[in-house]
Amino acid sequence: MDLSQKLAILSDAARYDASCASSGTARRDSRDGKGLGSTEGSGICHAYAPDGRCISLLKILMTNFCIYDCAYCINRVSSNVARARFSVDEIVQLTIEFYRRNYIEGLFLSSGIIRSPDATMADMVRIAQRLREVERFRGYIHLKTIPDAAPELVEQAGLYADRLSINVELPTDRSVQVYAPEKNPATIRKAMGDVRARKEVAGERSYRGKRGKRFAPAGQSTQMIVGADGANDATILGQSSRLYGDYKLRRVYYSAFSPIPDATAKLPLIKPPLVREHRLYQADWLLRFYGFDVGEVTAVRPDGNLDLDIDPKLAWALQNRGLFPVDVNRAAKEMLLRVPGFGTRIVGRILSSRRHRRLRYDDLLRMGALLKKAKAFIIADGWSPGALTDSADLRARFAPPPEQLSLF
Amino acid sequence: MFTVPLPVIGTDVVWRDAAKRLIGAGVSPHDILWDYGDTMGELFETDTPLPAPTRRVKAPQSFVQLSQNVVWHKDPQRFARLYALLWRLRHQPRLMQDRADPELAKLRQMEKAVNRCRHKMKAFVRFRDLRQGGERRSFAAWFEPTHHTVEPTAPFFARRFADMDWMIATPDVTAQFVDGNLSFHPGQPKPDLPEDAAEALWGTYFCNIFNPARVKVQAMTSEMPKKYWKNMPEAAHIPELIRNAERRVQEMRDAAPTLPPERAERILKQLRGDDQAE
Repeated sequence: MDLSQKLAILSDAARYDASCASSGTARRDSRDGKGLGSTEGSGICHAYAPDGRCISLLKILMTNFCIYDCAYCINRVSSNVARARFSVDEIVQLTIEFYRRNYIEGLFLSSGIIRSPDATMADMVRIAQRLREVERFRGYIHLKTIPDAAPELVEQAGLYADRLSINVELPTDRSVQVYAPEKNPATIRKAMGDVRARKEVAGERSYRGKRGKRFAPAGQSTQMIVGADGANDATILGQSSRLYGDYKLRRVYYSAFSPIPDATAKLPLIKPPLVREHRLYQADWLLRFYGFDVGEVTAVRPDGNLDLDIDPKLAWALQNRGLFPVDVNRAAKEMLLRVPGFGTRIVGRILSSRRHRRLRYDDLLRMGALLKKAKAFIIADGWSPGALTDSADLRARFAPPPEQLSLF
Repeated sequence: MFTVPLPVIGTDVVWRDAAKRLIGAGVSPHDILWDYGDTMGELFETDTPLPAPTRRVKAPQSFVQLSQNVVWHKDPQRFARLYALLWRLRHQPRLMQDRADPELAKLRQMEKAVNRCRHKMKAFVRFRDLRQGGERRSFAAWFEPTHHTVEPTAPFFARRFADMDWMIATPDVTAQFVDGNLSFHPGQPKPDLPEDAAEALWGTYFCNIFNPARVKVQAMTSEMPKKYWKNMPEAAHIPELIRNAERRVQEMRDAAPTLPPERAERILKQLRGDDQAE
């Protein structure tokens, strides 16, 4: 099998991992002329595929042979997809040659489990080590850690990689047992706990004031598949907020379950719930940057799911109209953050500008606020929403018009 | 009346120096013509030399930053707009914090456009291997930026690709990095670059990382506008990927579940047996 065929199989197998982030790691460059690559804080998306996803990293599997039988996964042992395996050399060469042509920010390496978790992890660490120590590669490396691998291997992985991740796969332990019987949620959590602990130690100074070696400077992340089991959004977001809190995760990715080739009969090949995935990301943002808690965001609907027609902040505001309208010239930051159509940046601009003058409707427009959404919820100089805030048809102004069901 | 010639290469330094001298001497915005790239020719040529630099010129750091980005915008009015803001700052020193001022908002918008253009350049430049032999490898790219962003963005490439020689050619300016030295030269027409076999592999990757079950063309084009496609080898695959997506998903749905391969049972048995032994 030639390199191109392997690349086709092993990138095809990797595309169900949502993460392609290359941001937030330590700053490095190669100005000394002795290496290749740089990382400068913000990530770069070098291309976009027609699925709208950013292509930042060379995202491949080391091999798609796997001894596990996870129902949602294209690479499960019981699937008949074509199998391939890269050599260490091939992955190193592909990464370096793609990087030199400015196609990518680095490598995201994952793998099916072969022989044993330790053997698989050791091979992945060897690739990262080759890149860093032999090729002097200073770009971004993301390694997917194998849950059952020995802690020493994960420790080594963290010294070479910018980011480590372990997928929790499904929102509840029960679903993991049903759909990924070889995986153990407790082991996954323990591995995440180990990474967190190791990272905290690395950040401390020794008694001589020397910092330890950097350990996974871009932190750890995880992924949950959405729509494969029956978990509602409240369960999913509850799980995420535990993960953020307990393991200091940088990101939780939500991946709408999408049809895979040679699927198992256990899971229906539905249309991937892309809107739901999008709303979950929006809610996730509200939890992390806007001071909302899970209960507030998911209390809007009785079934604990987010409203698919309108964004979760707007949905919350419509349910809590008594708190609005908010006076942009006087309200506290916490309340401004809750106004639909105001992002964190706009709120920052409002706070800095209103020290100099009173803000009018047009001023907000120039600052980039989405007034179509915000106007019912704010008061500014020369603008009052009047009865709009409490009008019965306010939701209908934002939601897409109801569709007549087809009779045939 | 002062006419200030501004070169295409090194625009930022010359503009900054001229603006300092002019504001130091109290020259009103109405008395200045900014001549970028010598487009006015002899027509408005005046020999009035710029005022001598004075020591006390105060502009907020945030203005300096803004101007160093905006000078690369393609709008011919950019220099005049910047100077007009600098003129107002003499009496309104805190103007820079006012996010609602229309003139400042316009300049911020231009700054944003320049920053976006720089970011897209970092992302979408595609090098080809020139296969020239020698100790350092050499690569070259042709790129067509929206604004004049080659000069401010080239240092990024120098920090990243320091162990190789490279050139980024554009219609306006060509950036060259040889033996660790970055230099700028006049622009040129699109050079003939040798074929590079890595492009086919990259295309293979691009096609296979795409998930046909979640087509979102608009999300793609808003971040990767079509104007960039012609210089990106992978973009040639996009129409076919979109055309075939629906059929591929339908085939996945229609396919009857297959029987697991023979090895599956053996492997799982072994795996579950091991679990029990623990």
